Amino acid sequence: MTMEAVPPAGANRPVLALHVPEPRFRPGDPVDFGFLTIPPAGAQPRPDETCAPAETFPLCTDLVRVLGDDDQAHGPWDPRLSADGMRTMLRLMAMVRVFDGRMYRLQRQGKTSFYLKCTGEEATSVAATMALDAGDMIFPSYRQQGCLIARDYPLLEMVNQIFSNRADKLKGRQLPILYSAREVNFFTISGNLATQLPQATGFAMASAIKGDSRIASAWVGEGSTAEGDFHNALTFAAVYNAPVVFAVVNNQWAISSFSGFAGAERTSFAARAIGYGIAGLKVDGNDALAVYAAHAWAADRARLNHGPTLIEYFTYRVEGHSTSDDPSVYRAADEGTGWPLGDPIARLSAHLIAIGEWSAEAHAAMLTELDGEVRTAIRAAEANGILGHGLHQPDTTMFEDVYETMPWHLREQMAQALHERAVKYPPEVQP
Amino acid sequence: MSTDEGAGRPMTMIEAINDALDIMLARDPDVVVLGEDIGFFGGVFRATAGLQAKHGKTRVFDTPISECGIIGVAVGMGAYGLRPVPEIQFADYIYPGLDQLISEAARLRYRSAAEFIAPMTVRTPFGGGIFGGQTHSQSPEALFTHVAGLKTVVPSTPHDAKGLLIAAIEDNDPVLFFEPKRLYNGPFDGYYDRPAKVWKGHADAVVPDGHYTIPLGKARTVREGEALTILAYGTMVHVASGVVESLGVDAEIIDLRTLVPLDIEAIEQSVRKTGRCLIVHEATRTSGFGAELSALVTERCFYHLEAPVERVTGFDTPYPHSLEWAYFPGPVRVGEAIERLLAAD
Ligand SMILES: Cc1ncc(C[n+]2csc(CCOP(=O)(O)OP(=O)(O)O)c2C)c(N)n1
Ligand SMILES: [Mg+2]
Repeated sequence: MTMEAVPPAGANRPVLALHVPEPRFRPGDPVDFGFLTIPPAGAQPRPDETCAPAETFPLCTDLVRVLGDDDQAHGPWDPRLSADGMRTMLRLMAMVRVFDGRMYRLQRQGKTSFYLKCTGEEATSVAATMALDAGDMIFPSYRQQGCLIARDYPLLEMVNQIFSNRADKLKGRQLPILYSAREVNFFTISGNLATQLPQATGFAMASAIKGDSRIASAWVGEGSTAEGDFHNALTFAAVYNAPVVFAVVNNQWAISSFSGFAGAERTSFAARAIGYGIAGLKVDGNDALAVYAAHAWAADRARLNHGPTLIEYFTYRVEGHSTSDDPSVYRAADEGTGWPLGDPIARLSAHLIAIGEWSAEAHAAMLTELDGEVRTAIRAAEANGILGHGLHQPDTTMFEDVYETMPWHLREQMAQALHERAVKYPPEVQP
Repeated sequence: MSTDEGAGRPMTMIEAINDALDIMLARDPDVVVLGEDIGFFGGVFRATAGLQAKHGKTRVFDTPISECGIIGVAVGMGAYGLRPVPEIQFADYIYPGLDQLISEAARLRYRSAAEFIAPMTVRTPFGGGIFGGQTHSQSPEALFTHVAGLKTVVPSTPHDAKGLLIAAIEDNDPVLFFEPKRLYNGPFDGYYDRPAKVWKGHADAVVPDGHYTIPLGKARTVREGEALTILAYGTMVHVASGVVESLGVDAEIIDLRTLVPLDIEAIEQSVRKTGRCLIVHEATRTSGFGAELSALVTERCFYHLEAPVERVTGFDTPYPHSLEWAYFPGPVRVGEAIERLLAAD
């Protein structure tokens, strides 16, 4: 029985109504992002890294930008990278995109079960990682392949993991793209959202307990900020002044749910920092120089014992959520092309060209070269097997690493698994 | 079992679930459906497709990505008098909601002496067989059967999915409704290397029109037999049936359908008749629901048993990606257990 739905007579109270957020555009709608306020590049002040958190609060609802429509770098956030540094950044972002394109196709060809691109968001992982030290610990979500590529993690290892083949160092256990790469200080990726955030805080606290100089940096999608772990992470980071940098990649969508379902109708994600009393920055996520500058600012701040920063990278998820998704069912087709902050690779390339350090020809040649590198890695990985074609890890690996030493019941179950394989694939048909 | 059961038509399990939700939204203004991506989009498995357009945005709506929040608000809605049907996108993602489920939903009735209840039905896809890796494949039902105050339901056919879901929604206690995702679009006998089957043409895919319920706590005898009893639920009902057919064994297969409350009578009756019992589930073995079943059968049918009770389960490891079929309790594991049970005397 529902309690009385209508106010008692005479109460003269308004009838309550539930608000359910609705995105501006659905399939078939014309797209116009005119409602977004995009401030000019260079107009945002850059407080000192050691400033009081409150000095950053206006930046939580502003947008830190460096690259202007004139393809020049502007203002105090310009990180003044060398041309070589910017070319490296460009190359790494382009590598991520080329890699994504090839991997997506391999999934479509049935060579693996799953893939997930980060098209349009390359700067948020590549440029941010470049702003960290190699020793800083990365706690990624699943869309940060750019962090690995920026740390020169071998493509071959990535493809082996994607194929779950016999050379996959994660032994075929994990869904494709849920990498782990301790050698480049990249934490094992969970499929469960936002769990990495309190872990990053804890790692940073440990570093502080030990009087170390390493910091931690964690990434999370805007949709996942709704999870309790996001708030746990920020509370602990604020309480202990932990040396950690949180990056919320606001790509506007969480599978089919627009950012309004994580609270974006009310305020920015960066503005969550205000409630916790920590530094916050909202940054043009498609501006690689702004991303680099913001992440470097926050990393320096953490290193100087001035505590955590929450950065929102404002960007757009150009592709579907993953190979399992069809975005044309729930969002307007033209959103990607209409996105007012452009493309991070095109913008940085245009900037390098504008300052006379790059050319369209060089860009085209670079793409061909990168594609060659990716194809070489794929060929090498295919020799180690693709998903479901026999060249997988031995069945015994399924039982290893559950515990440090295998208890009796797993040893029994392992024997059963080996027996079953012998029944299913007698010696004469063993792959 | 039925109230106003109509003629019926073949459906997939997804369609049957969608139909149950549609009927309950239309019949009962207190029913609300909520979850990640379930509104405009209709859910990642399309279980709620079309429901928001038909019943409106305040009856069927998307939620923030917070399983704890989803279950927590469902508790509050229940306190008001609504009958929420939250979806957790994958059972693997239910863990952030455990405190609200275990400490709150399950105990509201008890701690308030029934002043407050939590009449929610948490729908969630579970089980493997889709190369989903360890975060899209788990079978965590035993975590919930262990909690006093929660009911746990697992359908294995479109017909049962609809009737059980309606019964669950109408039930005044919190129900965990685990949907075997491998069965969404067709039955699955465990032969992963053969072409996938569809529900069309399957007897249990004929779903009556309109409202009907299958009472919680009632098992279904899939097949009568004398040689042994097989207790199964979800996907494993079909795997067991396939093996029994191919071995030509006179097994009695019981689809439990509800784990809590359990149809103990059906189990006792069958095991007393056959004297042999095989328990099959996809979930990990240690402290799995099979352990409870084995204990019950041993406690209650001990003097009728002619062989030790056997369990066939998933291995006690996280669900692996590439070795999915080595992990899965498929026809070889089930078949050998049947043969062992029949050979024992
Ligand atoms: C705890 C948990 N709940 C739900 C999911 C299912 N899921 C996977 S990705 C995703 C959307 C996340 O969106 P967002 O955080 O914005 O990241 P993006 O995909 O846009 O990078 C959801 C709901 C999950 N993986 N884990
Ligand atoms: Mg997102």
